[in-house]
Amino acid sequence: MTAPITTVAMPVTITINGEARDLAVAPFRTLLDVLRNEAGLTGTKKGCDVGDCGACTVLLDGEPVNACLVLAVEVDGRAVTTIEGIAPEPDRLHPLQESFMALGASQCGFCTPGIIVMAKALLDRNPDPTEDEIRFGLAGNICRCTGYTKIVEAIRATARQMAAAGQPRE
Amino acid sequence: MHPFAYFEPTTLDETVALLARHGRTADLMAGGTDLLVEIKEQIRRPAAVINLKKIPGLADLTCDAATGLRIGALVTVRTIETSAEVQKLYPALAQAARDIGSIQIRTRATIAGNVCRASPSADTLPPLIAYGGRIEMVGPSGPRSIALESFFTGPGKTALADGEIVTALVLPPQPEQAGSDYIKHGRRKAMELATVGVAVALRRDGGVCRDVRIVLGAVAPTPIRARAAEVLLEGSTPDETTIAAAGCAARGESRPISNVRASADYRRAMVDVLTRRAVAAAWERTR
Repeated sequence: MTAPITTVAMPVTITINGEARDLAVAPFRTLLDVLRNEAGLTGTKKGCDVGDCGACTVLLDGEPVNACLVLAVEVDGRAVTTIEGIAPEPDRLHPLQESFMALGASQCGFCTPGIIVMAKALLDRNPDPTEDEIRFGLAGNICRCTGYTKIVEAIRATARQMAAAGQPRE
Repeated sequence: MHPFAYFEPTTLDETVALLARHGRTADLMAGGTDLLVEIKEQIRRPAAVINLKKIPGLADLTCDAATGLRIGALVTVRTIETSAEVQKLYPALAQAARDIGSIQIRTRATIAGNVCRASPSADTLPPLIAYGGRIEMVGPSGPRSIALESFFTGPGKTALADGEIVTALVLPPQPEQAGSDYIKHGRRKAMELATVGVAVALRRDGGVCRDVRIVLGAVAPTPIRARAAEVLLEGSTPDETTIAAAGCAARGESRPISNVRASADYRRAMVDVLTRRAVAAAWERTR
């Protein structure tokens, strides 16, 4: 029978960065708001809140989505990876994070978490992207500071480093 | 977002019953990339949102040279964009899918949602119509299917009746030596609504083209066939003169408005250019 899940908060279990989290969320709340407010993960940014800017990009079961356009209740039983969850271990950064720092690919930094998560999704699918492929892949991530050149360079540098190190991309 | 009741039906019967109970106060959600924006911007204030994603089978995609293409209502734009079979057999649709929004949007958005939204500038509509697509629906009085060409009745308006749900889009098998193309024109390459979109589907019969379909997007209240241009090409060799005549005819058939994205005059000029290019590219693909 159709469960008439009303406007009242409902229990959901979301695996966030590998950890199962039991949360109570109203159906009209977005994954973005729940990540930031209930889960306390403020690395995922709220920019436009309508799917244009990409600052809220997270991985949902490994695929990049705008967290502002996903209802939190829809994610019950699924896995979300945020910027806080891409580092391989607590004291080490992901190679993308290292490259962004080393190459000055972040200025004000507001778009950076979304861009790094999107770049991870790109490299997971295509370990050796061309500049055109990177730019095509980042079409939904807006940066108003850098002009994108250093972002593209940092992603290409990461791809080269990871290929050289032969390390897995997870 | 304003509060709404939320439902996750698991069968089509349940969904039809829910729609009957809530009437126009309920909105259906597939990908949600248009719906949630419209709720946030208070363009819509549904009392209930009915999420279709828990209905088994609606996300099925089959693409086969012998049987054609069947796109379940929950198949995402990204799935169509990245399907090797769709790229090979229905390249204009794969191209149109690639032209929509961003990867993040395409990962959630559905083809059926793009159809039901019925935006005059929607990228997937011209190729779906050019390929002779049909749309399958189910409602209180059972299932029915109509040609997509007659589904769109105005900006944001369709032939979908109250209480009906779209279940699939169905494209017939491609004929031998088929060729097709979709060209989107915008002010920038990505994250853009089409200023003009042109889809062409045809087949080669010796030295001439047959079964020519030219569909124009963003230049009328709905996607429209450029029938005069089709007639000029039908049974003809698409040489430079014939293609130029077809582009000119398509331009005359377009009925664009001027808005923030382009003037009507500019749109008409681009219909001419894009029609010529799309016909030439479709013909080239028949080789």
